[in-house]
Amino acid sequence: MGALEAVILTIITASTPLLIAAIGELVAERSGVLNLGVEGMMAIGAVSGFGAALVTGSPGLGILAGIGAGAGLSLLFAFLTLTLAANQVATGLALTLLGLGLAGLIGEPLVGQPGVKLAPVVLGLDVLVFASFLLTAAVAYVLFRTRLGLVIRAVGTSHHSAHALGHGVIAVRYGCVMFGGACAGLAGAYLSLAYTPQWIETMTAGRGWIALALVVFASWRPWRVAIGAYLFGTVTILGFYVQASGIGIPSQFLSSLPYLVTIAALVALSGKGTFTRINTPACLGQSFVPDR
Amino acid sequence: MRLVLERRTESSPRMLLLSPLLAIGLTLASGAVIFSSLGLDPLLALAVYFVEPLSSLWSIEELIVKAAPLVLIGAGLAVCYLANVWNIGAEGQFTAGAIAGSIIPVMFHGWQSPAVLPAMLLLGAAGGMAYGAIPAFLKNRFGANEILTSLMLVYVAQLGLDWLVRGPWRDPAGFNFPQSVAFEGWQALPTWGGGRVHLGALLALVAVAVLAVVLSRTLRGFEIRVLGRAPRAGGFAGFGRERAVRFCFLVSGGLAGLAGICEVAGPSGQLQPTISPGYGFTAIIVAFLGRLNPVGVLLAGLLLGVSYLGGEAAQATLGVSDKIVRVFQGILLVSILACDTLIVYRIRIVARIGRT
Repeated sequence: MGALEAVILTIITASTPLLIAAIGELVAERSGVLNLGVEGMMAIGAVSGFGAALVTGSPGLGILAGIGAGAGLSLLFAFLTLTLAANQVATGLALTLLGLGLAGLIGEPLVGQPGVKLAPVVLGLDVLVFASFLLTAAVAYVLFRTRLGLVIRAVGTSHHSAHALGHGVIAVRYGCVMFGGACAGLAGAYLSLAYTPQWIETMTAGRGWIALALVVFASWRPWRVAIGAYLFGTVTILGFYVQASGIGIPSQFLSSLPYLVTIAALVALSGKGTFTRINTPACLGQSFVPDR
Repeated sequence: MRLVLERRTESSPRMLLLSPLLAIGLTLASGAVIFSSLGLDPLLALAVYFVEPLSSLWSIEELIVKAAPLVLIGAGLAVCYLANVWNIGAEGQFTAGAIAGSIIPVMFHGWQSPAVLPAMLLLGAAGGMAYGAIPAFLKNRFGANEILTSLMLVYVAQLGLDWLVRGPWRDPAGFNFPQSVAFEGWQALPTWGGGRVHLGALLALVAVAVLAVVLSRTLRGFEIRVLGRAPRAGGFAGFGRERAVRFCFLVSGGLAGLAGICEVAGPSGQLQPTISPGYGFTAIIVAFLGRLNPVGVLLAGLLLGVSYLGGEAAQATLGVSDKIVRVFQGILLVSILACDTLIVYRIRIVARIGRT
């Protein structure tokens, strides 16, 4: 395998978790719910996936465990913000703190254990790489080509109108939040089963937050999220290669590149342009309490 | 069976105060469940965690040391959140303040003067303010989401500190350990009675008092509260959103920076790769538990301080991982936010929809 192929492979594996987590969050935000707990759900997905794969010896079961754990944690978020109408920003932060804390506690005995690696299927790529593109295509199709997608977007654009038309705003949002949680859990499991098959507490390293930023500067469009995720993966991995090539740039500077690039991208693409405006879910972050 | 929220005609001041107590109760109950699932006697474990840290003079001093940065940061964050300005990067501003304040003791180590310590504290606050000004500027000028930018800057600040203490600022006589030169006596915060409680605790009290007056007695405080609760009304009153964003970030960044230099010039006495057990994030919980009110923040800071000490006690006495601290803190925040629903709504349990 040539050096270039190795670089491309690592870029793909670095981009996949970002893409999966961001696509899930995109669906939740399209339904009007801002879940800032992606980082926490990813961490809990990573530790559950790693633990389950270690116990059963099956990475497949690990992936399922990751999905289940992410969805489970998002259910807590949904209960607070949808049933109890709690502030979404604050609850999302709480979910991140709780998720990271729980992952650290559960994962303590798993530190240093040899991981179970998800085996590649074609061209050195594992099945989840392909799944992430299928997921993107499916989300793009459902959101913009089906009745269900129309309802989701209606709920996110004007929950009062959607409610008046007889759609169950809260039920739709529960579904979308849990879809986002499942995706974040899957992305976390990808980190601990495919990207670096081990468990370390700081393994998510802000990827959940980067996924949130990706959704913003992709203007809530699925394929733009995919492009963004791959741009990010590329920047991160090229940073590693520059570091390995021995150029005298401090490693900490290269490690901070993804975060600086995120800020730069937010600055460049947070414009108040028409495209952003029409794609931003108008009810994003607002609580909805049905009046009876 | 389903829950139905019924809006109260006005928000309940009683629930505003009861909600934190309910949340603490819920957290204790969850704690009992967690401890018994770990095979421990839940009551004994809770006693070790929450009561033991308050049982000796030494540990009370330690509690104040832990609570001081939480209160300093939390009071600033309370101002932000009141105005609906979401600064979640206090951990980064804390780090920036620690770095800026350490310029004098690290780079001008030999300069001995009574002006050194005040200059360090001023530089620390200025460093935190400057770092907090970045997300405020990006928000006002470009509309960049301040939640994400302020959080991203946390990672950048931590990596910057890591680079400094492993690179240019590493103590040349430190056997290659990643740490700066140790601060001398005149570069360290004075302590109370030669114990562990340092000047930072006093600064926290001053910050609480000043912010309490600013928020309740000045036009600026009124502006903050109006913009948080009714942005449109604030706009009609001529209150500028941008000015409020800048003000909130400068205040909270400055206080976080001050907490940062106090931590370095106080308990740790030098710069290290890690200078905070997540104070900047725990302070978010402090702000909410303290009802976004400076005086409430003071009490909440003490409680969250107990959560750190309890973690140490639980690790030493019960052999439980100190990672449980963050679990408790997370559960506490989730519980407060859930209980806060009761301030604005009444919760009714109804049998089924449509069968009234």
